Parts: sequence; C-alpha cells; structure tokens
Amino acid sequence: MGVPERLTVALRTQDDVVVLRQRVREQAVALCFSLLDQTKIVTAASELGRNAVAYAGGGEAMIEPSLNSGRVGLALTVTDHGPGIPNVEDAMRPGFTTGGGLGLGLSGTRRLVHEFDLRSEVGRGTIVRILRWK
Amino acid sequence: MDRVPIIKVGKYLLATIQTDVQDHVAVALQEDLAARIIAARARLVLLDISALQIVDSFIGRMIADISGIARLLDAEVIVVGMQPAVAITLVELGLTLSGVRTALNVERALAMAGIRDQA
Ligand SMILES: Nc1ncnc2c1ncn2[C@@H]1O[C@H](COP(=O)(O)OP(=O)(O)O)[C@@H](O)[C@H]1O
Ligand SMILES: [Mg+2]
Repeated sequence: MGVPERLTVALRTQDDVVVLRQRVREQAVALCFSLLDQTKIVTAASELGRNAVAYAGGGEAMIEPSLNSGRVGLALTVTDHGPGIPNVEDAMRPGFTTGGGLGLGLSGTRRLVHEFDLRSEVGRGTIVRILRWK
Repeated sequence: MDRVPIIKVGKYLLATIQTDVQDHVAVALQEDLAARIIAARARLVLLDISALQIVDSFIGRMIADISGIARLLDAEVIVVGMQPAVAITLVELGLTLSGVRTALNVERALAMAGIRDQA
C-alpha cells in the first residue's frame, strides 16, 4: 500500500460513522500502526463521529497522516456546524452527558490519543482534532 | 447483516456478533435476546464478541444493558472472546463493564456457568 493521503468522510448518519471507522482503520493499517494503536484511534474516531451525528446533525471528518520529522502519526479532524458546546469543561468531564449517553466519549477520546484539541463556539459549531503517534 | 443470529445450543443461547455492528443491529439484539430468553427459558446467554474489532462507549453500554436486562429475566450473560486490544481500549475510555461477566472462550464460559457443552 502506498503512502496514505488525506481524505474526508461526510458524516450524516450512523452508517457514515461505520464508514469513518473503516477509513481510519485502513489508514492506520497503511501506516503500520500496531493492532492496539489501530484500535485506539478507530475507537476515538467512532466517538467523535457519533457526537457530530448525534449533537450537531452531522459534520465532516478529515483523516490525515502525519509524517513529521521522522515520526508517523494519524490525525483526525471532525468539524460540525451544530449548536456548539456551551461549557467545554463540563463536556470533557467523565460522565457528563446531555444525550443520555455514558458521557465518556470526549474524556475517553482524550485519553486514547496523544494530541487533543477541541474548539467550540455556541451557535457556530465544534471542531475536534486528535492525533495519535504510532 | 440486519440481525445478530441467536441460536439455542442445549440449555443456553449463543449470540455471535459477526462484524462491525451497526447501532440499530445492537439495539435489535437487546430486544431479540430478551424475547428468546423467555421463549427458550434460557438461564445462560453467551455473547460472542470475538469478531468485534472495536467497542466504543455506545456499544459498550449496549453490552452492559444486555447483561442487565438478562439478569432481570433470571438469566446470565457471559461475554465471550473480547480481543485484548478492545479490552485495553475500553478501560482507557473509562468503561470497565464491571457488572458484566466475561470469558476468554466458549469452553471457559460454560465451565464458569457449570454447564458441559452439549453441542
Ligand atoms: N459535536 C458536538 N456538538 C455539540 N455538543 C457536543 C458535541 N460533542 C459532544 N457534545 C456535548 O458533550 C457531551 C459529552 O459528550 P461525550 O463525552 O461524547 O458523551 P455522550 O456522547 O455519551 O453524552 C454531550 O452529551 C453533548 O452535550
Ligand atoms: Mg459521545
């Protein structure tokens, strides 16, 4: 397999989240991630993709290999134009949910990756960028 | 795949999740299993998730709920074959599935439940 390229996945329904998981898996395999590292980044992608569909009515995911100074990683940016998150500190707390979930998606995702950057503006949307080095 | 197949093996039910499971399939499995537990008067359900490559918080919750529903119906669920990478990832996510019984494979699950395999 060649060097993976940046690719985007539209997120509208839960089926798109399945596609996102598949694409992230393929890219992680192409970058020779270990099975555990694949599992972590795919799980993180699933959580962020679900949130975009559940809370923002959809969004877009961009999967990008990161080949910086000899290090190999996989970055994922999930962008939506939903309602935004009024209190990010609350949302990041394990157990906090407004959707009847477990409230572990954001806090858990942060633990599964090496870089986690969440920006949200009420009324405009949310961008979450994560990166996992191999 | 639209539904997770549930088969009766001797005294227990065996539900095998085949691949990446869609959310509506996981939700249907809750209902199907509850109905089959009653119909088959099963006391034991083995939920084989060895083919699952990831379990996120939604599917993790589903598994915990299935186990809770079965308990209310006087049956026990043993989750069989969770991949090591999945287990490690789940714990890091913050989901320990503490109320859920697990076994590495079907034989060990049956031994746990005190049943000899009649398959
Ligand atoms: N993309 C998003 N847009 C708006 N709100 C969000 C978004 N992602 C997460 N949230 C908010 O943050 C909360 C916590 O999210 P998460 O940790 O994934 O747990 P859960 O999805 O189980 O509620 C959600 O309940 C929701 O209120
Ligand atoms: Mg979530």
